[in-house]
Amino acid sequence: MIVLLASDPVTGLASMLSQPFVRNALLAGTAIAALSGLVGYFVVLRGQVFAGDALSHVAYAGALAALAAGLDLRLGLFAATIGVGLLLGSLGGRAVTDDVVIGTVFAWVLGLGVLFLALYTTHSSASNGTANVNVLFGSIFGITAAAARTAAWIAAGLIAALLLIARPLLFASVDPAVAAARGVPVRLLGPLFLAILGATVGEASQAVGALLLLGLLAAPAAAAQRLTPDPWRALGLAAALAVLAMWAGLCLSYAAPVLPPSFAIIAFAAAEFALAAGYRRLRAPGWLAAPSGNRARPVHGPPS
Amino acid sequence: MTGLSWNLLENIEQLLSYHFMLNALRAGTIVAVLCGAIGYFMVLRKQSFAGHTLAVIGFPGAAGATWLGLSASVGYFGFCIAGALVIAALPRTGRRSSGLGGYGDESAVIGTVQAVALACGFLFVSLYQGFLSGLTGLLFGSITGVSDGQVLALLVAGAGCLLVLLALGRPLLFSSVDPDVGQARGVPVRLVGAAFLVLLAVAAAGASQITGSLLVFALLVTPAATASRLTARPGLGLLLSVLIAVAVTWLGEGIAFFSPYPIGFWVTTLAFAAFLLAAGYRWGLDQLGRRRLGGRLALSGSLSGAGSPAGGSAP
Repeated sequence: MIVLLASDPVTGLASMLSQPFVRNALLAGTAIAALSGLVGYFVVLRGQVFAGDALSHVAYAGALAALAAGLDLRLGLFAATIGVGLLLGSLGGRAVTDDVVIGTVFAWVLGLGVLFLALYTTHSSASNGTANVNVLFGSIFGITAAAARTAAWIAAGLIAALLLIARPLLFASVDPAVAAARGVPVRLLGPLFLAILGATVGEASQAVGALLLLGLLAAPAAAAQRLTPDPWRALGLAAALAVLAMWAGLCLSYAAPVLPPSFAIIAFAAAEFALAAGYRRLRAPGWLAAPSGNRARPVHGPPS
Repeated sequence: MTGLSWNLLENIEQLLSYHFMLNALRAGTIVAVLCGAIGYFMVLRKQSFAGHTLAVIGFPGAAGATWLGLSASVGYFGFCIAGALVIAALPRTGRRSSGLGGYGDESAVIGTVQAVALACGFLFVSLYQGFLSGLTGLLFGSITGVSDGQVLALLVAGAGCLLVLLALGRPLLFSSVDPDVGQARGVPVRLVGAAFLVLLAVAAAGASQITGSLLVFALLVTPAATASRLTARPGLGLLLSVLIAVAVTWLGEGIAFFSPYPIGFWVTTLAFAAFLLAAGYRWGLDQLGRRRLGGRLALSGSLSGAGSPAGGSAP
């Protein structure tokens, strides 16, 4: 902390970047943040924040199930989140609006996670005490070079997949009925998007942990929505804000090691949201009445 | 893994000979009664998300209190009640968005608040060096964690809560079922809602000490959801919800005592099993009613509300 603050910022930054663990964290973190921002925008737009919350519970149970079975943690993480994402999506056409039922199921899934935790810590000879903390709260400064590269490749693939379906997905999210009438495969896009969301949850939990990833999904997206009514600009802005929060969080946590990186990242993301909400309130006092953003764009005279 | 014999009475005697088990059972009973009753209203009012958020807020409270050298109970109750007052003071941007799924924007705000609360809890835990081993207990509960003082605090809080709930019962039920009509009839809907959130916070804080912050939701939502599958009558539903919560907690604590697996897992699993049984029973009744009444009547019956018994709702 003293080193970075006492010397000038350029040398401080250079010495920070000379650390391999920081470079790994930056590579993986940037990719994960960009992915979370993009996917998060659609999550907020589609009103599926609860699905993200539910999938984060699944991520915890899946990761600890893999550990208890002696497998690689990421295997369980991705298998569980993508599988449940697909399941949620394919059930979505029918009545799964009963939030109480979803809450009941996911409360139990978290209970299963505790069982796997107990199995892992009491039965596995190769258990390490920090695994539970890492799954719950992330360990981005502990990520290896190989794992960082894998995470970056997975994130790049998921971003490409998301951008490929972005246009019809946007259409289907804003007005599903009209989109379906225009021939957009709405019923296919829902499960596909939730599978991408599941994989994103798996990715993001490596950086900020299963419990905190909801902040990285929701906060930059909600901030972007308050700053611009244009969907494409908001999409890009959400990704940019998420990456910014990631960089700022990593720098702060490196400078002040007493602050865990996942805390710093979420704190910056929430601060971005608070600033955006405050800015929006100053610009347009009626935003609470029209949260969709329509009022931010006044009509200047009649159309010619 | 103490000796488990085939004699049930002997097992119970052995279980009750430990002071920590007595405390766990006392605290568990208070918490279960409270969660069963308040959870029933929570489900009725579609405020599951508020319950989830309040439960989660207990974690930074307890971690912060431990870091400052205070009792964890102070942190649980202080943070949960403060959180309830904040949620009650927030402007309501549309009644429909108060459910768990919510509408995009408002649930994004709640999700952000939740993540920040959890992140702060993690910060407090890492600031308090060497506390990481206590993290699991704080999040997922532990059977040995309840002290005499906590039982006393729970008893006072629980009794107070139930008295307030009793006094609040009728206007609360009225304003939960139909807020507009309640308002028109002179029920102070907002005040009742705020008071209910504080009760919910006390129940969540109390339950956090048994099941941990992350699993409180199971005790609040699952018995109530199970009861609402079994009956549509409010009084009976409330009673069933409390009975299921108490049964699940007693059984969970008893099994956890004899097994190497954590109490949180047993309580959530037993509660979920009860829910599955009730959902199956409901489904069976619906099938029977459909066969008996024929297609059209059964269709209108199942559309008019899942809570009403299929056999009795025939016009």
